[in-house]
Amino acid sequence: MPTYPMAVLALEDGSVWLGRSFGAEGSVQGEIVFNTSLSGYQEILTDPSYHGQLVTMTMPHIGNYGVTPEDDESDRVWATALLVRQVSPVVSNWRARQSLPDYLRERGVIALTDVDTRALVRHIRDNGAMRAAIVTGSTDGEAAVALAKSGRDMNGLDLAREVSCEAPYEWTEGFDWWRPEDGGATAAVDNPYRVVAYDFGIKRNILRLLASRGCHITVVPATTAAEEVLAMEPEGIFLSNGPGDPAAATYAIEATRQFLGKKPVFGICLGHQILGLALGGETYKLKFGHRGGNQPVQLQDSGHVHISSHNHGFALDPTSLPQGVAVSHVNLNDQCCEGLDAPGYEAFSVQYHPESAPGPHDSDALFDKFVDLMAARR
Amino acid sequence: MPKDNSIKTILILGSGPIVIGQACEFDYSGVQACKALRAEGYRVVLVNSNPATIMTDPSLADATYIEPLTVESLTGIIEQERPDAILPTVGGQTGLNLGVALAEAGVLEKYGIELLGARPASIRIAEDRSRFKEAMIAADIPVPPSQFVHSLTEAKAAIGEIGYPALIRASFTLGGTGGGIANNEAEFEAIVAHGLRESPVTEVLIERSLLGWKEYELEVMQDNVGNFVVVCSIENVDPMGVHTGDSITVAPAQTLTDREYQHLRDLAKKVMQVVGVSTGGSNVQFAVNATSGEVLVIEMNPRVSRSSALASKATGFPIAKIASLLAVGYRLDEIANDITRETPASFEPSIDYCVVKIPRWNFEKFAGADATLGPQMKSVGEVMAIGRTFPEALNKAVRGLDIGLVGFSRMLGAGEEIPTLEVATAERLAHVAAVLARGDEPDEVARETGYDRWFVHQLADILAVEAEIEAAGFPVPEPLMWTAKRMGIADEVIGQLVGQEEMAIRAYRKELGVVANYYRVDTCAAEFVAHTPYLYGTYERDCEAEPTDRRKVMILGGGPNRIGQGIEFDYCCVQACWALRDMGFETIMVNCNPETVSTDYDTADRLYFEPLTLEDVLNIVDKEKPEGVIVQFGGQTPINLTAGLAAAGVPIWGTPPISIDLAEDRGQFGVLLQDLGIDHPAWGLANSLEEAVAIVAEIGYPVLVRPSFVLGGRAMAIAYDETDLRQFIAEATQVSPGNPVLIDQFVENAYEVDIDALSDGESVVIAGVMQHIEEAGIHSGDSACVLPPYRVSYFHLSIMRDYTERIGKALGVKGLMNIQFALRDDVVYVIEVNPRASRTVPFVSKATGLPVARVAAQLQAGATLAELGVERTPPVDGFFVKEVVFPFNKLPGADTRLGPEMRSTGEVMGHASRFGHAFAKAQIAAGMPLPTSGAVLMTVNDFDKSTAIRLGQQLHRLGFKLYGTAGTAAALEKAGVPVMIVPKVGENDEYNTVRLIESGVVDLIINTPLGQRAQSDQGLMRTAAIQYKVPLISTLSAAQAAVNGIKLLQEKTLRARSLQAHYG
Repeated sequence: MPTYPMAVLALEDGSVWLGRSFGAEGSVQGEIVFNTSLSGYQEILTDPSYHGQLVTMTMPHIGNYGVTPEDDESDRVWATALLVRQVSPVVSNWRARQSLPDYLRERGVIALTDVDTRALVRHIRDNGAMRAAIVTGSTDGEAAVALAKSGRDMNGLDLAREVSCEAPYEWTEGFDWWRPEDGGATAAVDNPYRVVAYDFGIKRNILRLLASRGCHITVVPATTAAEEVLAMEPEGIFLSNGPGDPAAATYAIEATRQFLGKKPVFGICLGHQILGLALGGETYKLKFGHRGGNQPVQLQDSGHVHISSHNHGFALDPTSLPQGVAVSHVNLNDQCCEGLDAPGYEAFSVQYHPESAPGPHDSDALFDKFVDLMAARR
Repeated sequence: MPKDNSIKTILILGSGPIVIGQACEFDYSGVQACKALRAEGYRVVLVNSNPATIMTDPSLADATYIEPLTVESLTGIIEQERPDAILPTVGGQTGLNLGVALAEAGVLEKYGIELLGARPASIRIAEDRSRFKEAMIAADIPVPPSQFVHSLTEAKAAIGEIGYPALIRASFTLGGTGGGIANNEAEFEAIVAHGLRESPVTEVLIERSLLGWKEYELEVMQDNVGNFVVVCSIENVDPMGVHTGDSITVAPAQTLTDREYQHLRDLAKKVMQVVGVSTGGSNVQFAVNATSGEVLVIEMNPRVSRSSALASKATGFPIAKIASLLAVGYRLDEIANDITRETPASFEPSIDYCVVKIPRWNFEKFAGADATLGPQMKSVGEVMAIGRTFPEALNKAVRGLDIGLVGFSRMLGAGEEIPTLEVATAERLAHVAAVLARGDEPDEVARETGYDRWFVHQLADILAVEAEIEAAGFPVPEPLMWTAKRMGIADEVIGQLVGQEEMAIRAYRKELGVVANYYRVDTCAAEFVAHTPYLYGTYERDCEAEPTDRRKVMILGGGPNRIGQGIEFDYCCVQACWALRDMGFETIMVNCNPETVSTDYDTADRLYFEPLTLEDVLNIVDKEKPEGVIVQFGGQTPINLTAGLAAAGVPIWGTPPISIDLAEDRGQFGVLLQDLGIDHPAWGLANSLEEAVAIVAEIGYPVLVRPSFVLGGRAMAIAYDETDLRQFIAEATQVSPGNPVLIDQFVENAYEVDIDALSDGESVVIAGVMQHIEEAGIHSGDSACVLPPYRVSYFHLSIMRDYTERIGKALGVKGLMNIQFALRDDVVYVIEVNPRASRTVPFVSKATGLPVARVAAQLQAGATLAELGVERTPPVDGFFVKEVVFPFNKLPGADTRLGPEMRSTGEVMGHASRFGHAFAKAQIAAGMPLPTSGAVLMTVNDFDKSTAIRLGQQLHRLGFKLYGTAGTAAALEKAGVPVMIVPKVGENDEYNTVRLIESGVVDLIINTPLGQRAQSDQGLMRTAAIQYKVPLISTLSAAQAAVNGIKLLQEKTLRARSLQAHYG
C-alpha cells in the first residue's frame, strides 16, 4: 500500500479539501463535478465531455479493475482531474493492462485519493458545481482557493472546439457490445449509410454503435461548415456529445440549422442541446448537473422508463421549444428535458447517453431509429 | 398504471419455521408486504406457521392465521376468507411452491383467485432446473453444460460426458439441500443417491463444476410494462462452489469493468423475459471465469430472497415493499423512493460505501457434521457491515459476528494449525488472516482460496497498517490513528497491538478528535437529500447523524442469527420500537443483521446499522445521548454489553445492570436462591477433573456439565458416569479455557416448565406458563411445549407463581424475565433465570393475545403494570403447542441426539380447542405430520411400560400395526396387544429398529430412552427417522398427545381460526 504525497483541493467558495496525489504532480483548475456511476471510470476519464472538469467519483474504490486500451472512449484522458475516496494500485481483471495510477501518471493527469468524496459531493449538491483547483505536494488551502477563483467559468465557455478532431476521418469499426467469444467483430456491410458525425467531443462507442448498424461515418471537426458537409452527400447528420456551454458553440448551431429539413439529424448530449438551440430553444445551466449511470428517463410516447447514462451540466428549457418540437424524454428525478423530437425535420436527440460506455444499454434502439430514418429515404 | 381495484382481499403466504436457507429475511419481506398492501387499502389475510415472526403479530394483517403451510390447511382458510388474490413471492421457496401447489390442486381456479407477482409457468421454469436450462439455451443465454437424471444408472451414463469435478444438485429443495461436488466415482454415487432421495421429484442435476469461477448476483426488479432496474450487484468473495448463502459477499461488485457489468445486466434482463416474470423482484446468479471472462448464468429466483433482503439493506431500496406494490399493478415510476421522497423507484441505486456480509455458522453444535462448505447451505445467520471501504466494512463485519473476534487480524487462535486454503470452511477467512500475517504472498493466497486477488490485497493492507501500529507503539501517531480507524480497526485491536486497554485507546483517540461520524444510506450516493436517518459509522470529516433533541431511547438488537438467538429477539426489538414510538419517544435501533425487520429503516425512527460491540455502541451513544438504552430484547448479545455500557455511564433502562450480573453469575445467584429458600439443583464449580469428581461425589450422577461464560447451551452435556464426566470436562475446558466448569445435579425424569413474567419493579405478573413436552434434559429451545400447561397441578403452579414473584422482586426486574423450572414429585426446582426477553415471548404473545414485549418496553420506560392494566396472567382459550424444527437434514453426519445443547433453528405453532388437535397441527406445520394409519415402532424404558401398554392398546384400536423391541413387545403381548418383535440395533445387523425405519414400513416411532445406552440407540433411530421423514416421539406425554391427535384427526378434520377471531 503506497503512501501518496499530500495534495489540496480548493473550491471557489473557499472550502478546502485534503487528499493524496496518485497521478501527476502539479496544479490544475476546472469545474468540480461528481459522477455516481459504480463502474466505468476509464470511459469517464476519456470522455471528451469531461474536458475542463475535476471529476469526483462517488464509488469509493476506484482502480480495482485497472485500465485496458479497449475501454478508452477517445485517444486521451480529457477529464482535468480525478478525485476518489480510495484508489487501488492493485489491479484485478482479466483484461487489465495497467494500473490506474500508472495510466494517469503516464498521461500527466492529476488525481487525488483519500478524499472524503461523500462530504465533497454533498457540498457540490448543496452549493452547485463550481470552479475549483488542485495543487499537489501542498496543503496550502489559501493559495489553492485563489487558483480556483482564477479559473474559467463554464458559463459561456465554448469547449467543443478544444476537444474536436483537427481533420475529418472515417470510422467503420463496429462493436456489438462486448462479446468475449468474438472479441467484438466488425461486420462488413454492403452499401453502408453515409453519416457525417460532428465531433464536439465524440465518444468511440457512438461510432461503434452506428457502424455496427451499417453506417460508414465521416467524423468532421466541430467548426466544419454546413456546405462542406452537405457536399459530402451524407444520408444523415450526427451531432455528438461534448463539453462546455452549448450556447457558445454558435458555429455548430448555425450549421445545424442548415441541415434541418434536408437531412435526418440525430444528436446526443451537447448535440441535443445544439439541435434544440438550432430549432429556436434555449439552454440553461443546471445546479450540479446529471452525471451517473442510474438516471430514470421516461419515454413520453410509451411511458416506459429507461435507466440511462448521463453527463450534462446544461439542459434545454422545454418551454422554449417551438411548436412542432416535442419533448420526447423526461428525467423522472427532476423532470429535466432529456430528449426532443422534431418529426417535421426528421430530427431528434437525447440529452443522455444511449451509447452508454459506461452505463446501461436500455436506449440503444435510438441508433436504430436514426438508421430507420435514413433507410426510409432510400 | 393505477393499482388493481378489482382485488379486495389479498392472502400473503409466509415461509414457515426458520430453517437453514430460509430464515427471518422472509419475515422482513412479509412484514413489508403486509404494511404496503394494507396502506393501499387492501384487506390482508396472512398465513404463516411460525409464531416467532413479526408478520404474525395480529396488528399487521386483518386476519392472521398461524396454521400449517399445506394445501389442505390453506384450502380451509381460503374457503373461510375468500381472498381475491394470493401473493406467494414474499414467502421464500415455501411460499412459491405452495402457490404452485394451490394452482395445481385447482384451488385457485375453484375460488377464482389470482396469483400475484408470479405465474405458475414462470415459477416452474425458474425452480425446475431442466426447464430453466432448456429455456436459457433456447434464448441463447449461456449456461453450464449439464444433464438431469432420475436414477443412479442414468447418472453414471451422464458423468462420462460432463466429467469430474461435477456438481450435483437436487431439484426442488431448499438452500441446495441434497447437493455436492464429486471428485471421483465413490463421491459421485453417494451424492447422487442422497440427492435423489432429497428431491421430491427424484431428480438431480449433474453439471460441469465451476469450482473457482467468480460468482456474482444481480438483484433486479421489473414491473408489468417491462421496466427493469438492477437494485444491487453482489460479488462473492468465495468463488463458485460455495453456496452464496455460505459465501462472504460484497456489494457493489468491485472487480468488474463497466462492459462486463453491463453484459451481466443485459443477461439478467433477458433471463427475466425468458422466465416470464410478470412483476416483482428476482435474483440472477452468474459465474464469471476470472481468466477468460466467460460468463454463465447459474440460476434465478423469481421472488424476494435472502439476497434481496441483503440488497435492500445494502442500498436502502425496499425490494419486498416495492415488489408488493408492483404485484397489485403499480409501475416502478409510480412508486416514490421513501428516502429521497422526490425521486421515483424506477432508478438504480448508486452506493458510495462498501457492504460486506459474512455468514455465521454453528458447526460447533453439531458434532460429526461435515464443516466444509459447498453447494448445500449450512450457515444459520449472517452479519452485514457498512463502511466507506472494503477493509472498514470487513473489520466491522468480523466484530459484528459476535463470536469473540474483534477484527480480521484477530481471527486465528494462537498455535492453531492451518489446513489447506483450497477447501472452503467456516474458518477460511481466519486462516487467510493467519497466512497473510506470517508473510505468505497475497497472490498465492488468492490462487489457493479462489478469492479475487483484489480482496486479498485489501486484507493484506489491513495487516500492514496493524504492523505499523505495532511498530509505532503507544501513543500511536495521529495520522496512523486516522488510517487505522478508517480501515475499521477496532480500539481493542489497536490496544492489543500497543499493549493498552480498549478504553485507554478510546480515551486517547477522543482526545485527538478521532471520533466516529455517521453517513446515511440514501440509495443515490448523496445526489439527493436523504430524509431517512438510516446511518452507518465511519471516520470521515462530515456527519449526517443530525441527532434531534427529542426524548429518545436506544434499543440494542441481537446481531446475526444463530441457534438460540434468532427471530424471537427481533420480534421483541420491533415490538419495543413500536411501543416506545407510541409513547412519544424517538426510537433508535442498533443492529447488524440484514435479514431482520428491526433493520428496516421503516421500523425505528432512526437506524444505526452497526456492530453490537461496546466500542460501536458507545460511539452512537456519544452522538445521540439517549435518555435510556434497552438491553433486554436482543438476547444475550446486548446483555453481555451491559456491564461495559453501565461502567461507561450509559443509562440502562429496565432491570438494573447489577441484577443482570447477579442472575448471570452462578455463585451469586445460588446464594440468592438459598436466601429466598427456593429449591434448585445442587451444583458446584470445578477447576479440574479432581474437583469435578469431588463435587459429583456430593451431588450424585447424572450431572449436567457446561463451561461457564458461553451461550446457548454450548458444549453442555449430561454425564451419567465418570467416563462421561472426564470427556465432558475436557470438552468444556477447551470451549472456555481458563474458566471453571459448572456442574449441576440433573433432575432426571422431571417435567420442565418455562415461565415468562413481567415486572415493573414492584409487582410481578406471569404472562405465560409453558409445559415442555420433551423430557427434562433437553434444551428448552429444542423442546415442544404447550400453553397452558395441561398436566401441571395447581399445587406446582402456585409454587412456581410464588417463586417467580419473589425472584422478580429480589432482582428488581423491570421488564421481562424468564424462569425455567423442573418439577419432580413434590419439589419445584429453579433451573435457570434469564433477566431478559426469552425465545418464548412471541409464542406467549400470540397464544395469550397479550403483547408481552410491548408491555415490557412500556414498563422499562416507566409505566407500571397497574397503569397498563396488566395485573393478572391472561386467560388462554384452547391449546397452543410450539414444536421445533432441526437442521439435521442440512448437516449430513451430525449427531442427531437431543440434549442440553440447543440445536433447533425454528419453531411452529399449532392451536386448537383440543390439545390433540393443537399437537397434530404443530406436527403438520413442522413437516412431520402424524400418520392416521400404518405402523408404529415402540421402544420404551421399563418405567414407561405400563403407560405404553395403554398407548399400544389405543393405537391398535385406531388401526395401527405395532412393532416393539423385546421388552416393550413382551409387555404389549401380555396385555393382549398384537405386536411384531424387532431386535435393537446391535442385536441383529440384518433386521433391527434402524433397518425397519429404513425399509419405510414405520410411520411413527415412540421411543423413551433411559440411560446412556438407550440414548445412543435413539440417536441412530433418530438419524434414520430424519432421513426417512418419520416422526419420532421421545416422551410418553408427547406420545399420548400424538395418540390423542391421531384419534381426533381420524374423527374430525382440523379447523383454522385467525388470531383476531380467536381473541374476539
